[in-house]
Amino acid sequence: MKISREEVLRVADLAHLGLSPEEIETYREQLDGILSYIDKLNELEIANVEPMSQVIVAPATPGAGASHPELREDVVRPCDVSGPILSSAPDAARPFFRVPRVIDR
Amino acid sequence: MRAPWTIEGVRAALQAKKISARELVGEFYARIDRRNAELNAYLTLSPERAYEQANRVDLAISRGDKLPPLAGVPVAIKDVISTRGIRTTCASKILENYVPPYDATAVERLEKAGAVFLGKTNCDEFAMGGSNENSAYGPVRNPVAPDRVTGGSSGGSAAAVAAGLAVASLGTDTGGSIRQPASFCGIPGFMPTYGRVSRYGLIAFASSLDKIGPFAGNVADAAAVLSVIAGHDENDSTSAAVSVPDYASEIRKPVEGLRIGVPEDYFGAGLDPEVKEKVQSGIALLERLGCQRVPLRMPHTDYAIAAYYILSTAEASSNLARYDGVRYGLRVPGPTLTEMYRQTRERGFGSEVKRRIMLGTYALSAGYYDAYYLRAQSARTLIARDFAEAFQRVDAIVTPTAPTTAFRLGEKSDPLQMYLADIYTVTGSLAGVPGISVPCGKTMAGLPVGMQVFGPHFNEGCVLQIAQAFEQAGGSTI
Repeated sequence: MKISREEVLRVADLAHLGLSPEEIETYREQLDGILSYIDKLNELEIANVEPMSQVIVAPATPGAGASHPELREDVVRPCDVSGPILSSAPDAARPFFRVPRVIDR
Repeated sequence: MRAPWTIEGVRAALQAKKISARELVGEFYARIDRRNAELNAYLTLSPERAYEQANRVDLAISRGDKLPPLAGVPVAIKDVISTRGIRTTCASKILENYVPPYDATAVERLEKAGAVFLGKTNCDEFAMGGSNENSAYGPVRNPVAPDRVTGGSSGGSAAAVAAGLAVASLGTDTGGSIRQPASFCGIPGFMPTYGRVSRYGLIAFASSLDKIGPFAGNVADAAAVLSVIAGHDENDSTSAAVSVPDYASEIRKPVEGLRIGVPEDYFGAGLDPEVKEKVQSGIALLERLGCQRVPLRMPHTDYAIAAYYILSTAEASSNLARYDGVRYGLRVPGPTLTEMYRQTRERGFGSEVKRRIMLGTYALSAGYYDAYYLRAQSARTLIARDFAEAFQRVDAIVTPTAPTTAFRLGEKSDPLQMYLADIYTVTGSLAGVPGISVPCGKTMAGLPVGMQVFGPHFNEGCVLQIAQAFEQAGGSTI
């Protein structure tokens, strides 16, 4: 067995995902099958292989900074979108998003 | 029945004043009205914006102005791409009522080019799936065989074009989500090089793999849409400053003398014999057109699924952390902030999205990071090397797009079996190369087969050129 019920609960907790009792067992079984398949990566000899996080480093962009040639200059631009953004919030108290209390009085 | 609309056909009809852009919009909405209840290709229609865009085109025509390249062309946009003022759900309950305040760069460029937005298309929830059965709003039916899936995740965008409910559409491809539905629905679907088309405004699934690309009724139209959406964008730091050639002229170049790599690793166990036969006939047709066939080995192909499902889910678990009920989308109230997060995500996400968040969170968690995530990143290097080495010897690589044709709705229920069907598409996704699926005949049962062509980074022209020559030589009825 690759993954236990306890580990499923720990992962769900890390991901802030509520799961029903049936889901816990279903996901345990399915993840177990998927992880067993993924074990095939253990066949690879990777000691001298550089891990790849980004497939292409984009060539220098116009106006790029000298220290990070792949990035543009960090220039402040006006961005006045708080109105439309707050209007799509589930609970806004302008100019804030309101959430359940996190600090005791 | 009249021949399907093409970009050139729309342009000619508008310029000859045979139809106005407004009338054309009306014609397409009438068709959508007739077919969409059955197909479920569109989730949201945007007539207000479409008629506004059509009015601008009609005004330009009446003034005798020069028309932009996609003037009056009715298009559909996958519902993971942001559209200002038009609901964008990602086919998820968690974004059921989300209306973006801005347009994605690709959308903005389409509008500037004169395109008309009919609406937003169905897909697998957050683009996670290969059958479009993971949509919170129901699956899309394949216009070729309505008891079958369209493939996914861009199923609605593929079906809309295949059924004549749009002239072209935008999809997204992370592990095959443009190419595989294109194959299942019998139309061309193109995935550009990573970084070729800006991801700004594309709602993220796996940021190192996500790409926006076109579906169209023919290769030339796909190339025309690509010409409009490609190119550097300062709003996406991974967008490449590589000049964009004129694809309309690139595709007319002769294919004679091009070296076509055929990797035997893509023709082994699991490939449907009828699909295999069609694609081999397709390759023979390319040889008759003067291409030179070069046998290849790409030895790490077999590790691509395992690497892809670790990397893409790890990135997804991070990208989807933002759906917490605070700033947008669904909120399920809870007694504490953490309970609100948990309940919102439990209720808002469907089962495939939860499964992938779980898998990705597990792969990134303490104690497993090296064993899974780092190892998958190294496997990605090896797969990308297979491609780089192949492109030392060949100009393009030709394979089947998918191991089978469209399967029946509900036929595949095991998630791992569904993942394994991505075997021929995820390789190119991991390597970041451009690829197309082009129609390559039909099986005895009348189901479309797709042939996939990969090219080197930023050489979209070569891929399109081969696809175009193949289409012109009758590849779709081979």
